[in-house]
Amino acid sequence: MKEVEINSTTLNFGPQHPAAHGVLRLVVDLDGEVVERAEPHIGLLHRGTEKLIEYKTYLQAVPYFDRLDYVSPMCQEHAFALSTEKLLNLQVPIRAQYIRVIFAEITRILNHLLNIPAYAADIGAVTPFLWCFEKREKLLEFHEAVSGARFHAAYFRPGGVHQDMPKGMEEKLYNYINTLPKFIDDLEELLTNNRILRQRSVDIGIITKQEAIDWGCSGPVLRSSGVAWDLRRSQPYDAYDKVDFEVPIGKKGDCFDRYLIRIEEMRQSIKIINQCLEQIQPGIISVNDNKITPPKRNTMKKSMESLIHHFKLFTEGYRVPTGETYCAVEAPKGEFGVFLVSDGSSKPYRCKIRAPGFAHLQTLNHLSRGHLMADIAAILGSLDIVFGEVDR
Amino acid sequence: MLYDYILQLLIIVAQIMAVIAPVLISVAFLVYAERKILALIQLRKGPNVVGPFGLLQSFADALKLITKENILPSGSNKIVFLLAPIITMVLSLAAWAVIPFAPGWVISDINVGIMYLFAISSLGVYGIIMAGWASNSKYPFLGALRSAAQMVSYEVSIGFVIITVLLCVGSLNLTKIVEAQQTVWFAIPLLPMFIIFFISALAETNRLPFDLPEDESTLVAGFFTEYSSASFVLFFLAEYASMILMSAMTVILFLGGWLPLFDIYPLNIIPGVIWFTIKIMFVLFLFIWVRGTFPRYRYDQLMRLGWKVFLPLSLFWVVITAGFLVTFDIVPN
Repeated sequence: MKEVEINSTTLNFGPQHPAAHGVLRLVVDLDGEVVERAEPHIGLLHRGTEKLIEYKTYLQAVPYFDRLDYVSPMCQEHAFALSTEKLLNLQVPIRAQYIRVIFAEITRILNHLLNIPAYAADIGAVTPFLWCFEKREKLLEFHEAVSGARFHAAYFRPGGVHQDMPKGMEEKLYNYINTLPKFIDDLEELLTNNRILRQRSVDIGIITKQEAIDWGCSGPVLRSSGVAWDLRRSQPYDAYDKVDFEVPIGKKGDCFDRYLIRIEEMRQSIKIINQCLEQIQPGIISVNDNKITPPKRNTMKKSMESLIHHFKLFTEGYRVPTGETYCAVEAPKGEFGVFLVSDGSSKPYRCKIRAPGFAHLQTLNHLSRGHLMADIAAILGSLDIVFGEVDR
Repeated sequence: MLYDYILQLLIIVAQIMAVIAPVLISVAFLVYAERKILALIQLRKGPNVVGPFGLLQSFADALKLITKENILPSGSNKIVFLLAPIITMVLSLAAWAVIPFAPGWVISDINVGIMYLFAISSLGVYGIIMAGWASNSKYPFLGALRSAAQMVSYEVSIGFVIITVLLCVGSLNLTKIVEAQQTVWFAIPLLPMFIIFFISALAETNRLPFDLPEDESTLVAGFFTEYSSASFVLFFLAEYASMILMSAMTVILFLGGWLPLFDIYPLNIIPGVIWFTIKIMFVLFLFIWVRGTFPRYRYDQLMRLGWKVFLPLSLFWVVITAGFLVTFDIVPN
């Protein structure tokens, strides 16, 4: 009998697909329902952020970082602020360091409160999504309280933070943040021991230690494979060396491990925020150098010096000494780094952004091969990909 | 003579309308109830704008959908494409012909009622396969294939569950099945079968956690991805009508149909049809509750559950029941 070659189906998954997490386009080769190849096509959300930053002063570059991974804005500002400060050789005041840590951790909770239910929704559980969004919304009010914006905060600035926390916010934050453990318990009750969720996520999308390192994974994806690597621990920045927290790691590197790590990271973030709120002392919130940070509004009305500083800062910006640096933070999704080259002018010569999602997305083909079609959605959800930072 | 025939015909039409109209209206309110209950589970308000408490939401939605343009995909087989939702809808309504709402309240009290129901619900898969095939698109096609496999698998275990009930009743007539539950509802002696039947009913109606044919996280909308406007409405109505139908079957087979909870004074003066409705509403609530709580099974897991768990279990229970009935010599005739 003549042999017939059966062509596998090629499926165009996205960019307008309910599970594509934004504008992902996947070209999936299927054999029945088994995935033979899942090739991500990126670039649909490319906005040329890196190039745009080259034409902006260091201060004007900050808001671009909010718009990269729009689910966890402040952590990215953090990376940019740190690298600019390194070039300027600045020491940030201690209160600003604590405020940054508090908000970086709030951001981490925000991110995981989105990713966990999004992952659950990808495998069919609709309820956690709404639950988490309510909590997220209330947490975003703290963003709003300090910066005036829920997402695009532009709050962490080179030299410190934009303004101090409003009066009474520390107490409000303390009260709110300590209602979260109960909520996380409820969430876990609905998801963690659910047999269907376990069947859908245990042993799905396994990544080994070596593979995770080779593919350039970081954050929960790397830790799920058992590598204890957390930038907050291995090279502490700001006040992270003053707080005590644990870094959860997984064993298998499957979707379920990644889910559990995110749950545990939320608990650890709550712990960190509580410690910060205990340790934080009154003080200044940005470096006392008007060449870098703008003077207070009321002094500007009285002092000529301040007025000149203000004018110079918001027209020309500050000059940054020639040099290059790479600073990375442990963003909720993984290592978010900024490689900054300065030519001595007031604008960066080059700003290369290292987004964790970009590295994670490239593992998708490897992780989903041999799994079923429905697992692509689960793996995609557990990798925590946001296209703002992948496409930049 | 002719006059008699016309009268007969009119009576039949009136009977059919008397069943179909309430079913369709209850579909509208079921959609509303689902959205409201899901909203409560998810800590939000749900529809509350159209009409008092949002009660008219479903009607507004239906009106919106029907007035939209019906898009026929250019590569589709137009006749089959349009026929598919009609078949699905007709089948889900035709099944109501044998459902007894109360003693004597049934359009056609046939002796093989349960077989008729089983046959009609098995035919339902054709509408889905036709829709998936005629759309000439990959997502609907995958959805249709999944649906075919799923419905066939779960019908096997549903078949065994029905056999168990029949063994205890000794008749295929639905009214007889209900009357046999005077002493005790079958949900109690046949509890495992009741659970299997309920779960299979979820699979049969493509509801979460078995809504693979319309798995929106992989297949967009599954077999009705390409449907719009009125043909979409037909699929939608059919899905909810068959949900109500499966609930009605559950009530008749296991929860004593129109029989009151206990045959005591204040309970047994409530008319049977109200009991029947209350019980259906309870089962439907379970359907919605499950949807609000569980994630979705994967295709292979669903098959494994159907063939490796439910099939052996239900077969085993058929043998047990038959053995029990013969041993104690209580086989009904």
